[in-house]
Order: sequence, then structure tokens, then C-alpha cells
Amino acid sequence: MAATESVGTEVSFVRKEDGEAAAEEQQVVNPWEVSAGKGGIDYDKLVDQFGCQRLDDALVARVARLTARPPHRFLRRGIFFAHRDLSEILDLYERGERFYLYTGRGPSSEALHLGHLIPFMFTKYLQDAFKVPLVIQLTDDEKFLWKNLTVEETKRLARENAKDIIACGFDVERTFIFSDFNYVGGAFYENMVKVARCVTYNKVVGIFGFTPEDHIGKIGFPPVQAVPSFPSSFPHLFSGNDQLRCLIPCAIDQDPYFRMTRDVAPRIGYQKPSLIESRFFPALQGENTKMSASDPNSAIYVTDSAKEIKTKVNKYAFSGGQDSIELHRKLGANLDVDVPIKYLNFFLEDDNELEHIKKEYKEGRMLTGEVKQQLVAVLSELVARHQRARAQVTEEMVDAFMAVRPLPNMFG
Amino acid sequence: MGYTKEQLLARLQELNIDFSCYDHPVVLTVEEQSKYVGHLGGALSKNLLLKDKKHRLYIVSALAGTKVDMKILSQRLGLGKGGLRMAPEENLLEVLQVPLGCVTPFALINESASAVSLLLDQGFKSKQICYFHPMTNDVTIALSSSNLDKFLISVGKQPAYVDLEASPVVGKDSPPDLADFVPSGVPNSSESVENVKPTNVPHQNVVPKEKQCLPEVKAKLKVQNKGAEKNQSKTPTKGTNVEKFVNDVFDIISPLFLSEVSKKLNVKQEELSSILDGFREQAAPDLESVTMSLKNASYTAGFEAGFETMLNLGLNGRPPRK
Repeated sequence: MAATESVGTEVSFVRKEDGEAAAEEQQVVNPWEVSAGKGGIDYDKLVDQFGCQRLDDALVARVARLTARPPHRFLRRGIFFAHRDLSEILDLYERGERFYLYTGRGPSSEALHLGHLIPFMFTKYLQDAFKVPLVIQLTDDEKFLWKNLTVEETKRLARENAKDIIACGFDVERTFIFSDFNYVGGAFYENMVKVARCVTYNKVVGIFGFTPEDHIGKIGFPPVQAVPSFPSSFPHLFSGNDQLRCLIPCAIDQDPYFRMTRDVAPRIGYQKPSLIESRFFPALQGENTKMSASDPNSAIYVTDSAKEIKTKVNKYAFSGGQDSIELHRKLGANLDVDVPIKYLNFFLEDDNELEHIKKEYKEGRMLTGEVKQQLVAVLSELVARHQRARAQVTEEMVDAFMAVRPLPNMFG
Repeated sequence: MGYTKEQLLARLQELNIDFSCYDHPVVLTVEEQSKYVGHLGGALSKNLLLKDKKHRLYIVSALAGTKVDMKILSQRLGLGKGGLRMAPEENLLEVLQVPLGCVTPFALINESASAVSLLLDQGFKSKQICYFHPMTNDVTIALSSSNLDKFLISVGKQPAYVDLEASPVVGKDSPPDLADFVPSGVPNSSESVENVKPTNVPHQNVVPKEKQCLPEVKAKLKVQNKGAEKNQSKTPTKGTNVEKFVNDVFDIISPLFLSEVSKKLNVKQEELSSILDGFREQAAPDLESVTMSLKNASYTAGFEAGFETMLNLGLNGRPPRK
């Protein structure tokens, strides 16, 4: 069996500068850019291109069975829809063996929006369901390298973001949060260099699309995001257990990092990490628009008030409904482009209620206003709960989560 | 000496236990027994006497149609994969003091059987009438499971019904769910021999308690026993489990709420409990969130304290453990 996995994006990687290319149907998906062709992201094509597996109903049912609880709605709704070697993790879990979780965030802005919370909400569910430890990487160094920020600023943002992450409800007894500027060194750095030695310049250009104009900080960065997949990077947590398996929940644009990691792992005597990957969260104004920190109306932020949420949804959420009530009652709504329905898909817990709304809306009996009203209620509750939890997070709590301490109950 | 059939039946009458009695030729198997009483509409039982590697004994009493997998049962008891065997004939005669082919829960009236563990098929609860042998296999007695419970309590045994067909995962993170059924200690024969008065064992609530899962899950694992939280009896660190805490809170509030409201509004508790379940589901995320906040804050305070102690006093700051 070939040790190298298909590191497929070389072929379809399109750089931003190539104006003509960007205008074509080519979709671009990598850690620094996600842009769709005409009809939105083609996930089937992406899964094919990347070479990962689709998460089918049987796997979801298996997760439910093994964890003795209903599967998270992100699994039920196909939001986390692709994986690499998830079945292996489930096999070993069934045998009574252990694994740990790894996820992360690039702290580029203070303001987190709902889309940023998705991987964390799902990871919390995984932590509770499987009762396993979690490491969370804050890539402040990456943001320094890619954005026009000072080191102090990125470190500060990392801590601020850590507070919102903690507010998602992670268990301090099982969670280690670290920022690269604080933690890189020692065994972590040794692993970084081991990985770096296994990836040629050509390879990394092919995977990430670097150019000769890119500075060496960027080119040298990928190993930093790769090595948290290896337990020996965390000697204070997993010492003596360097074959412990890792499961990485992330959005599918992070796949390239871990394709590279999986390729390298066996060559340096480590286990390949498994992945469970999600779709992208749509911007408020429509799938083909971008969520951007400079446009507050492009997303719902965790700091928004109930009033702001209502205004944003009512005014800016892209609707798939018809222009007039008569037309709407006749033709129904286009669910493929309707953002409120997409958001409800992410955030409305009750499956039956969601199906009902979708049906009524599609067949024209429910109006856009009503759907938006439902959405506002759901989002307000979610954001309120987050803000309450966020208010309880102190600087000392961040210190505790980020302390390089043992976690004796991490599998308890 | 062991109880005779007559003595057992007399005892059942003393306890005001309703039962019917059918005589028939000696039968050694369920099939044979069914020839004589099978047509009467009740549920036949099959009764196994099992033994583990440490010579502890178990009576498994099940509906004749229930499949009992000894390997799975062995794992669920925490005895490993092949930990259970059929017990040899001597155990029947010496411990249960019943003849071959006559394993029955009623044998537990005998002092000698006091350390034998009893696993009852939860299927009995849904049958109006169940058939068992009373100390001899030329008779079958028919009674309801609640009457059987009455008998068992009278001999100091807590009746516990189990889904014998379930095969839950048993591993490092899911402890054997029937571990509490393994008899502890050596068979106690030091109790006074003549004393077989109905001992008033405090009757704990044998209300079926769902395992700690969210209500939506069709839990295959319904272990209806003493209601003891198995988690609690293991390591003390389970005290930091947020989900368990939230469940405990609901368990405190729900019965109080149900009884008060049903009294005040003159509504049946059963009608209210489905509302309460829905409300429990809705409140759980918020309750878990605030609980997790509290836990994290407490840990943080402890962490700070520990850090300060170490900084100021080093190892001297903590009392010696030994």
C-alpha cells in the first residue's frame, strides 16, 4: 500500500492573482482561501479531489450506538460530512482503546461569528460523548505571518479568542489550550523539525500554493499545525504513549495540512491522525458572498444583541422566497439559496420542526418573514447562552486552561 | 435441612401471596413442563444455575423464550469473556437444596443459598402469570412477578430485573453494567439457622431508572435495580461529571414537582411526567452550560491556590500524604 496519499490539490490549485482563472468555474479551497464557482461549493467534487471519505448514515448510527446518546445534529444533518479513517477510531474505541481530539483556531480577529463556533460546538459534543481529552491550538504565529499584525496583538487576540472557546463549554479537566508563541519548543519543536525534514519545497508549494514571492515564514509554517496530531508533542499529557491516536474535527479547508501530516506520520514512526470534516458556514448575505470582519452585516457575531440579531436577519439574510406574497404562495421558496433555512439547518435542534418549516416554506405556505422570525428566536437563544458563559470566563480561567499541567482525569 | 415444597407453600400463604398450584409428573425440562401447564396462558420460565471462576453462584431466571448468551452475561457481570459456566449438580443439591432440573428463585428461601445472586428477566414484569417450580419438579406454581417480589423481599433478597438480551459495550470507558450482581464476600452461613422470619429489608424504590442518557435515546440498557448510581461507587472523581450533576438535579426536582403539582392541580402524575421530560430536554443545555462554568471556575480557583502555595511555600505548603 502506497505510503503517500493522494495529495490531490496540486492539479486544481488556482491562485488569486490569476484573474481569468478565478472567473472560471474552478473552486478554490485551501486554508487561506475558499471561493466557489457559480453554483456554490461542489462538495462532491471536493471530496473526490481531496480523496477523503463521505460520512454515511451507517457511520453516524455507529457513533450513536458507541456513545449511547443521539448523534449531534451536525452529524444528523450532514454538516460534518466527510472523514478520513473515522471508522478506525471507532473500531479502537469499541475495543476499549483511547484517542484524543485536536482542533484549533487562527486568532485573526477579536470578533467571533457563529461560523467560527461550529467546529468548537461539535468538538465539545465529541469530548462529552467519547469522554476523551482535547488539545486546542491557537495559531497566533500564523496570523502574524499572514496578516498585518504585531506579535503582541496576535497574542492578545489568542487569549481573547480562548475566552470564547472556553465559553463553548469545554471541560477544564480534559482540555489543554495553547498558543504557538507560548508553547512551541521542546518536544513540540522536535516533532516540527521531524515533519519539516519529510516535506520538500515542491511538495509544500503543490499543497498550499506558495510562490517564490512568499516569505519563508509562510513556507515553514505547515509543520506547526501538523504536529499537535502527535501525542509526543505533549509530553506533559501523553508521555509514554506516543502511539495514541488523534481525531481532528475541522472545516474541510484545513484538509491539506492533514493530508501532508498523514503522509509524513508513518515515515517518522507515528500514527496517522483521523479527520472529521465540515461544510462551510454560509455568509448571511448568500453563499457566494464572503463573511468579513470589515462588514458587520455579513455575519452574526457572538457579541450581537438580540436587537442586532433581529435586524441583521431581517435586513441582510439572503432569502430564497419569492418577491411577492402571491408569487410565493404559488411557487414556494428556493431552499438551495435561502440563508435562513441554511442557518436553521445548523442551529435548530428539533429535526421534526426543521422538516416542517422546510416543507411549508418550500410549498409556499410559510413566508420568509415567518422563517426569519424562527431563526431570530433560535439564534438569540444560542447567542445569549454563549454570552452568559463568556461572562463567567476570567483571565485566571484562561491561565488554568492554558497551563502546562497534567490532566489526570482526561479519560474519566 | 432445606425447605420442603409444603413448607414453602405454607410460607407463601403466610405472606398472603396469591398463587396457583399445579401437580404433574416429574419434569426435568421446560418442554416437558409446558406439556402440562403450557396451555394455561402463563409464562414459562427457564432457570439456570451458573458459577463463576471464583465459585460464586448465580440463578438466572428468564422467560422461556428469552435468549441468554452466557458470554455476554459474563462480560456484563465483569467476569471477562468466558467467566460463567453451568454449575455442577452438587451445587444444586448442596447450596440450593433442590433436585436436578429444579432451579428456581424459590430456592433462595434456603439459608444455604443466601449468597447466591439472582438475575430476573425483565420480561417477567409484563406477564400476568409466571410459572416456577417450588422446591420440587412435580409441581408448578403460578404467580405474578410482583408476588414473586414479595417473596424475595421476605427472604432478604432485593428483586432486580434485567434486560437479559441486551448486549451493551463493555470496555475501559463503559464498566460492566451488571457488576453489582456479583456476590461480594464469602457465602455467609453464620446467620442464625432457625431465623427465617420475613426480614423487613428497606424496600428501595425499584422504579425503572433509565441509564444516564438523554431522554430521546431508546436506551437498550435499562438496568432496573437498586437505582444506585454505579458511577458513584467507583472512583470519587466522578464528582466532577457535569452531565451526572445535571441529572441528579433533575432527579431531585422532578419527583417533588410532580407530587406537588399533581396534588395542587389534581392531575395524575403520569400525565405530568411527559411534560416534565420535555422540559428536562429543553433545560438541559442551559443547565449543563452553567454547571460547566461553575466547574471551570472552581478548578481555576483551586489551580490558582495551588500555584500560589507552590510559589510561596514550595512542597512544604501541602500536608504530607503518607
